[in-house]
Amino acid sequence: MGKIFKFGQDVDTDQIIASQYIIYPTIDEMKVHTFESLDTEFASQVQPGDYVVASENFGCGSSREQAPTVLKALGVKAVVAKSFARIFYRNAINIGLPVIVCKELYDNVNAGDEMALSMQEGVVRVNGKEYECTKLPAYMQGILDQGGLIASLDRE
Amino acid sequence: MGLTIIEKIVRNNIGKEVHPGEIVTVNVDRVMIHDIFIPFVASKFEEMGFTKIWDADKAVLIYDHLVPASQVDDTRHFRIGNAFVEKYGMKNIHRADGICHQLMTEAGYVKPGDIVFGTDSHTTTYGCVGAFSSGIGYTEMASILGTGTLWIRVPETIKVNITGKLPENVMAKDIILKLIGDLGADGATYKALEFTGDTVENMTVASRMSMSNMAIEAGAKCALFTPDEKTAEYCGIELTDKERDLVGDADAVYCKVINYRAEDFVPVMACPSNVDNVKPVSALVGKEIDQVFIGSCTNGRLEDLMAAAAFLKGKHVAPFVKLIITPASRKIYREAVANGTMAVLAEAGAIITHPSCGLCCGRTGGILTDGETVIATNNRNFLGRMGTSKVNIYLASPKSAAACAVAGKIVVP
Repeated sequence: MGKIFKFGQDVDTDQIIASQYIIYPTIDEMKVHTFESLDTEFASQVQPGDYVVASENFGCGSSREQAPTVLKALGVKAVVAKSFARIFYRNAINIGLPVIVCKELYDNVNAGDEMALSMQEGVVRVNGKEYECTKLPAYMQGILDQGGLIASLDRE
Repeated sequence: MGLTIIEKIVRNNIGKEVHPGEIVTVNVDRVMIHDIFIPFVASKFEEMGFTKIWDADKAVLIYDHLVPASQVDDTRHFRIGNAFVEKYGMKNIHRADGICHQLMTEAGYVKPGDIVFGTDSHTTTYGCVGAFSSGIGYTEMASILGTGTLWIRVPETIKVNITGKLPENVMAKDIILKLIGDLGADGATYKALEFTGDTVENMTVASRMSMSNMAIEAGAKCALFTPDEKTAEYCGIELTDKERDLVGDADAVYCKVINYRAEDFVPVMACPSNVDNVKPVSALVGKEIDQVFIGSCTNGRLEDLMAAAAFLKGKHVAPFVKLIITPASRKIYREAVANGTMAVLAEAGAIITHPSCGLCCGRTGGILTDGETVIATNNRNFLGRMGTSKVNIYLASPKSAAACAVAGKIVVP
């Protein structure tokens, strides 16, 4: 089980990690600024295994791969949103951060709720209820299963 | 069954017909990496175990976000970039020539029908010449540098048909802002946009560039214009049947068709802090402003600077307003000097900067603070984009921006 951190609609990559931080040399130096403009406490409170839940179009904006990378570095287990912007979505899969589309979840949960995700079954469980998620295309699930693009290329 | 432009480009690339939703591996014609991400691309490339670039001549490295350096640490990116270029035998490097998206077409790196990826979301720009181009992250860029290929999902296409003559005070920027407002910030996610109609046929390549540049703000994967004689002249090529065929077939399948009458457009602005929060300028009149920014890969071309100069000639910027002008490339800067545009802008009180991403990416050249308002011709008004998260950014055309600079408040151009 992990705790839910909830964000709204059209959360852009500048809000996930602002441009003044993406030139820091390491992800560890960047990650403490994650979601800084929306929630100054996020980076200090999130624990490994917690979830980010959002509404439509999560990760819109720039191509910065640091956006999914800081979330993964903070231990976020998955981002579950109504929909994702395409570059963020590809980047997340390539670095091995699960991005799950679930239309019903957002409107039925609160920040702080405890949630469990089963990628195999394609469901999330919160407050005694189950919500079905859209499964990834097999090709992308393959990259994710192998831990991202680098691991996947190594296999090839 | 007919094909859309993107379906033809992918078919020509892989040698078999494709349909939306298919995942295929394409051969990449060109890649663009900019200064912000080169350290990450370089380290991922080596982490992946590659020892050579698949075709070093197809890779382009452009320093633009950090030029000129505003922080001591920025220079680290140039050192890493220079070392990477030397180690892997890259020849195409631009250290202070302008903004990456302007240079990719201006310097001839992209031709109609090409498939191009860049480490920047506004890579959609090259659709202005009929190329399929899109933004990717640095891990995928490292992978392309090693393999020359990338998997893509063939997108559905939204056709946008615009016919008629635009009003005098309306620019291509107003059209793309209106479209983003109508579609919403995710209205074209994973999809291709295809622009047709006599209004876009009559447009300059520069105007088409403003539109394809901003397609990502509706989530689009790419935004395509059919190559024509103007494209051929711009790219320095002769059109062959292959380029002329890059037009959506009459019986192609579109997931949506949007029709506009050019005469119906009015000057608009994207209001804080979402690009799809689009309102007519007439509804915003009187709002006081602190700064105006005319530049960026969206609107820093010669026609944009000339449109501003035409309005500013013989006038002066309001005393409390800073007007910042940033040409998109060194070539444009020189042309604007040669034809007198820069003199008019300077006489009117503009602050003219070196070609770079500058204020658009919030690093240099006019950062703002809490409560300040800027009218800007670039592509994003996200929270914190040009300073603190309490700066109000209104996105507008160069004509609207110039008019506001003189008035010191929002006015209809």
